[in-house]
Amino acid sequence: MRTAPGASDTELVVLFLALLTALLVAAPVISLMLIALQPAPEVWSHLIAYVLPRAVSDTALLIAGVGTLTLLIGTSTAWLVSSHDFPGRTALIWLLPLPLSVPTYLSAYVYVDLFEPLGLVHRTLSLMMPAAQAVHWLPPMRSLPGAMLLLAAVLYPYVYLSARAVFQAQGTDAIEAARTLGAGRFTILHRVVLPMARPALAVGVALAALETLNDIGASEYLGVRTLTVSVFNTWLNRGSLAGAAQLSLVLLGFAALLIVIERFGRRSASVELSAESPRLRSRTRLHGLKGGLATAACLLPPLFGFVLPAAYLLGESLRRSLSIGIDPALWRDALHTVTLAALATLIALGLGLIVVLAARWREARTTRAAMAVAQLGYTLPGLVLALGLLTPVLVIDGTIANIFRSFGYSSPGLILMSTGGAVVAAYVIRFLAVPTGLLKAGFDRIPRDYDDSARAAGAGRLTTLWKIDLPLLRPALVGAAILVFVDCLKELPATLLLRPLNVETLSTSIYQYASRGSFEDGALAALIIVAASIPPVIWLTRFSDLPE
Amino acid sequence: MSRFRAAALALAAVFVPFAAGAAEQVNVYTYRETKLVQPLFDAFTKDTGIAVNVISASSGLEQRIKAEGADSPADVLLTVDIGRIDDAVAAGISQPINSAVIDEIVPAQFRDPNGQWAGISMRARVIYASKDRVKQEAITYEELADPKWKGKICIRSGQHIYNNALFAAYIAKHGEAKAEEWLRGLKANLAQKPSGGDRETARDVAAGKCDLGIGNTYYWALMLNDPDKKAWADATRVVLPTFEGGGTHVNLSGVVLAKHAPNKANAVKLIEWLVGEKAQQIYADANYEYPIRAGVPLNPIIAGYGKLKPDPLPIAKIAANRKAASTLVDKVGFDN
Repeated sequence: MRTAPGASDTELVVLFLALLTALLVAAPVISLMLIALQPAPEVWSHLIAYVLPRAVSDTALLIAGVGTLTLLIGTSTAWLVSSHDFPGRTALIWLLPLPLSVPTYLSAYVYVDLFEPLGLVHRTLSLMMPAAQAVHWLPPMRSLPGAMLLLAAVLYPYVYLSARAVFQAQGTDAIEAARTLGAGRFTILHRVVLPMARPALAVGVALAALETLNDIGASEYLGVRTLTVSVFNTWLNRGSLAGAAQLSLVLLGFAALLIVIERFGRRSASVELSAESPRLRSRTRLHGLKGGLATAACLLPPLFGFVLPAAYLLGESLRRSLSIGIDPALWRDALHTVTLAALATLIALGLGLIVVLAARWREARTTRAAMAVAQLGYTLPGLVLALGLLTPVLVIDGTIANIFRSFGYSSPGLILMSTGGAVVAAYVIRFLAVPTGLLKAGFDRIPRDYDDSARAAGAGRLTTLWKIDLPLLRPALVGAAILVFVDCLKELPATLLLRPLNVETLSTSIYQYASRGSFEDGALAALIIVAASIPPVIWLTRFSDLPE
Repeated sequence: MSRFRAAALALAAVFVPFAAGAAEQVNVYTYRETKLVQPLFDAFTKDTGIAVNVISASSGLEQRIKAEGADSPADVLLTVDIGRIDDAVAAGISQPINSAVIDEIVPAQFRDPNGQWAGISMRARVIYASKDRVKQEAITYEELADPKWKGKICIRSGQHIYNNALFAAYIAKHGEAKAEEWLRGLKANLAQKPSGGDRETARDVAAGKCDLGIGNTYYWALMLNDPDKKAWADATRVVLPTFEGGGTHVNLSGVVLAKHAPNKANAVKLIEWLVGEKAQQIYADANYEYPIRAGVPLNPIIAGYGKLKPDPLPIAKIAANRKAASTLVDKVGFDN
């Protein structure tokens, strides 16, 4: 316990705010639980008999497939670029993380359009063979394997980035020892490097798996009946909100399981990240065929995950802008998007800081629990979150309206709902895990001696925070801000349900085009989302990078 | 200072549109994409001076209105399907429209006997048939389960609201046991797992993956008018199927008057305006739907499908069988 005897007012205020934040994040989950308490027996007998077996197995298969693929692609490319030299390596380091900028639903729309019959690939194939025959050569994108490939192509950077950070930073001693014992390159990879990297790989795979679980747009479009899709159908077609809420809790259980697996993977091996001054290993030079193969292996993933979709969107945007011009509504939508995302980012950063500070200043079960709850939102699919958030938000709105009435004023209406406050709340809850995680990691690198010396010199908590901690935390703060901002830009299901009258964002406008069956008309909006996400991804690459 | 002002302006742009409309206005929650309904609302504002505020979503609007309660700004809920109308009425968020205009113009089959909802336009669930490979002129829905079409039919998810309504109509006509048998037969005839949307279905037919696709009337018209997709429409023709001894299955875009509508008079005005001649013509030409009002000329593309004879089954009967249809889809593993 580090708490000073007789905690200061500042500490108590921060603790209170941290607990309030945890309550905010827990609110939609609690509200879902309350909805789920209503009986929906006839729904469950049906779900168990006909829906769940398939939904659970499809979800498990999809996650296993995406997990395996991202692990293979992410680890192998990270290993190649961190310990080998080959033609194009420098450019590839920059290119490999970029698929993160492509939302999963966009990637699905693009690939179906490219690979479906009468798409570009089909038309190209039919130059060489009869069109009808070419149909059979096309890989079926709308299928479980198609969904695995599509999702893995945009999600592998989660594994790649964490793997690369570890491969770069890990001590050379063990590797050199293995080498002197006569171990070959692959033996070293298999016996030394991978076991040390396991925790980082677990984090990357868990993130990719959570994204897979959260996805609804891509899975539904590709015909994969995941649990998330089933929640949706139960609610809409069977009219059972209670059943859907119960199913959502099953989904939440799935997510919790993923996190436990990740924690387990992280704990089972401890890695000393010598981040202070790592001794970099010299990279092995690959020549000729081997070099070519390495280049190809690192080029293919970003080619499918980023270059192709981005080129498609760019092409369609240009074609439409030149022939029809740019829809003036686009700028207004972009402004809405940026405003909502910026507000959410600021609030999420502030709340994240408060939760982490509370845990740093007062190490106790309450603060650790607050931190755990604060990260809960990331496991909630957007639609489920929105459903759960409706009640708490409107309880607040109703209370405000009642207060106005009790003082004899006319009701101001629903403040949070009509101002976009509900959307901002959804973003904050959903993405609070990002600043919390990054700031925690940032704080862990600041020796407590700094704090203690400042305090011994008579500085208060806030002065120490302002003068010492925050400057040191700048990279983590900037990183968290960028990541949250981009996640907000991409968010779709909660935005759709919770936004105020007359407000469209870029993602809801793309969605509207897509549901009309003319997704390409929304290409420019999609391109803006992708383009806006590129700088953060580059920043992430730098953040995880060491000077070479 | 200027940076502060820019930020304030940006905030205002988000928050003001709703708050500022103190003048005559009406608030519409819709499952229709804003871009499709905007031309209608613009014309309404021009005619009446009443501003229309819109929010569109793909799901959950009834839940939202219900949760918003007495303070809900919602005046009108505009849906693309009878299922959603049914949900809204079941959620208790509607009130009787009480309009002699609606009662006079909208056929009884397409409005609620208790006045809780009314249809605005119709779309038919039809067949996109390959021009080359399908010679048969008339096809019944029942026939889709005939083994002669084995491996030849494409369709989107059986849980999608459009298919759900078609299957519900089948149950209403033939009973659950017959419907289950039919659905199993239809599944056995599928060329591939249900996925994608109606447009992908047409595309698959055009490319030769299947001979018959099931889709809504307006998608085909939209494709025909898009130079990129004209080829998909050109390779197919629209067949208006019928139930044996009945007509073609139609679904509705419909309206519900919200229970706590703060601008009730304007809402009723809007609903009545939507079934007026001008609005019905915009509906027909911009959205390629069948007007609900008699005597409004069809869009020529839609007229080219042949004469539509809507199935006489009251829409309320279809709504009543939705859950049963959804259950059947899961039971026969239609989407698996």
